[in-house]
Amino acid sequence: METKVIKKVDTIFDVVECNYIQVLEKTLAKTADEIILDIIDSGLKGRGGAGFPTGLKWKFTKNEENAVKYVICNADEGEPGTFKDREILDRVPEKVFTGMAICGYAIGAKEGYIYLRGEYNFLKQDLQMKIDLFNSQLADRDFDFKVFLRSGSGAYICGEESALFDSMEGLRGEPRNKPPYPTVAGYNLKPTAINNVETLVYVTMICRMGPESFKALGTKDSRGSKVFSVSGDTPTPGIYELELGMPLNQFVDEFGDGDTKAVQVGGASGHCVPRKKYNDTIIGFEGIPTGGSMMIFNSTRSMYNVLHDYLEFFTEESCGQCTPCRVGCQQLLKGIEAVKKGDKKPSYLEDLKKLAATMKIASKCGLGQSVSNPFNSIVDNFREEIIY
Amino acid sequence: MSSTETLVKDLVSKYGKSRNSLMPVLQGIVQEERYLSEEAMIFIAKELDLSAADVYGTASFYTFLDTVPRGKNIIRVCKTISCHMTGKDLIIETLEDILKVKVGQTTHDKNFTLLTANCLGWCHKGPVMLINDEVYPELTPSRTTEIVEEYMKNATH
Ligand SMILES: Cc1cc2nc3c(=O)[nH]c(=O)nc-3n(C[C@H](O)[C@H](O)[C@H](O)COP(=O)(O)O)c2cc1C
Ligand code: SF4
Repeated sequence: METKVIKKVDTIFDVVECNYIQVLEKTLAKTADEIILDIIDSGLKGRGGAGFPTGLKWKFTKNEENAVKYVICNADEGEPGTFKDREILDRVPEKVFTGMAICGYAIGAKEGYIYLRGEYNFLKQDLQMKIDLFNSQLADRDFDFKVFLRSGSGAYICGEESALFDSMEGLRGEPRNKPPYPTVAGYNLKPTAINNVETLVYVTMICRMGPESFKALGTKDSRGSKVFSVSGDTPTPGIYELELGMPLNQFVDEFGDGDTKAVQVGGASGHCVPRKKYNDTIIGFEGIPTGGSMMIFNSTRSMYNVLHDYLEFFTEESCGQCTPCRVGCQQLLKGIEAVKKGDKKPSYLEDLKKLAATMKIASKCGLGQSVSNPFNSIVDNFREEIIY
Repeated sequence: MSSTETLVKDLVSKYGKSRNSLMPVLQGIVQEERYLSEEAMIFIAKELDLSAADVYGTASFYTFLDTVPRGKNIIRVCKTISCHMTGKDLIIETLEDILKVKVGQTTHDKNFTLLTANCLGWCHKGPVMLINDEVYPELTPSRTTEIVEEYMKNATH
């Protein structure tokens, strides 16, 4: 498999280089199809976690016949260990707005909404001012597109795209059945292209530099670079833009404290990788994909506590709509507590893994479906710590 | 008209008389009154042409849309893993000590409510808390005490 050497890059936060109005004018001189082809050609995949090819998403939305369509920027960033979207919106919001406007032009939408999690309300005032300026700059150029700001109210599940639409429609944030997908029926049941904050910035970068220079970084399956949120037992916690496709051992060499026993890749809903697997683990869509969350644990940490924290998180954040997830999260949590206390035999962990497998198949949305990722990877690799 | 009714009317005229305005209207009430009273939810229902149960159904889903009375200042300490590792327990103890309440409770003078929250998005700078919309990262017990005392001073003046 193609692997890369760890490499820090600086495209996302680079403010000197990017004159967003110039990028916008240059891009809007192209046709919608040309833009979509560029994005497809770049190989850009969504940076919010699921990794769907962005250009295809736009193409599907463009192909829908409807007078009303929407662009949505998903800024709900609730995955534990992720904090890059906040930093992007704080430091380079214009690049996000520009990506939204380009998307609007490409798919035929006149309105774009940023759904900002309530925990980031302190960004709102400044963001709204910059949005107002951006909107007036679009109006000056007779370009019919407007950006609006909406807020969440402390529900992780509203980062799931259909729950996000529900929330914007004044409903409980309960994920919908799919299909129909957002490209067909999203916000207000209209065709909607929903993109992560970081994805939209890369769109702006690709339109500025061309798909070739984006493709020059990363691997065949994971083009470009990505912003990582690094936390836990590291001397250098923070936000780093890194080339995709690096092996985890290099990441640990760079960011670990010399005693790294495990890395949780992709947040609470991601995978836990133990030391013995660092060399064989690629960070990217061909290996372990991540929305950017990289949590580092050293040997002083109890992996039981880590798993317990994650399960508590899911139990509280499950929307409760479907039984496998609502009851499953609670039972997994109770189950590991019982094993720890000795009320249940260690073999009970196998029953719990079956429950996690059922949740993966039977849950309605990504939340319930992904609980088995942390559960299995922690139980399998740190069984003793869960039991004793 | 009560002040709540006026507030609801103002918010509805600002955001528009449609269900899509429900979240911003609820958020606007919480911003001013810190929680959604029964009275407020009934006014909203009337103004947006929804049933009160419908309004309550939406409100009760969201952690930040409280339907029980809260203090003037709401403190939310992040309890998720990274902040757990950097010492959120000590911060919570410190707050419980100064405020003389447990997590989930409101002080007698109705000035503070102490709550915990899931990941606030500051894992590289934990422990962290929100007081209303303001964020306070990289907390230590003494820093926490200073911040809260500042809020206490402002409350009595
Ligand atoms: C439980 C859950 C939470 C999610 N939270 C977020 C989030 O906070 N931000 C985000 O961009 N995507 C989140 N997603 C993914 C979105 O559903 C969607 O795939 C994404 O916004 C698409 O944008 P992208 O293609 O640019 O990544 C979440 C998904 C699930 C299942
Ligand atoms: S899987 Fe969980 S979060 Fe998703 S719809 Fe079901 S109960 Fe809700």
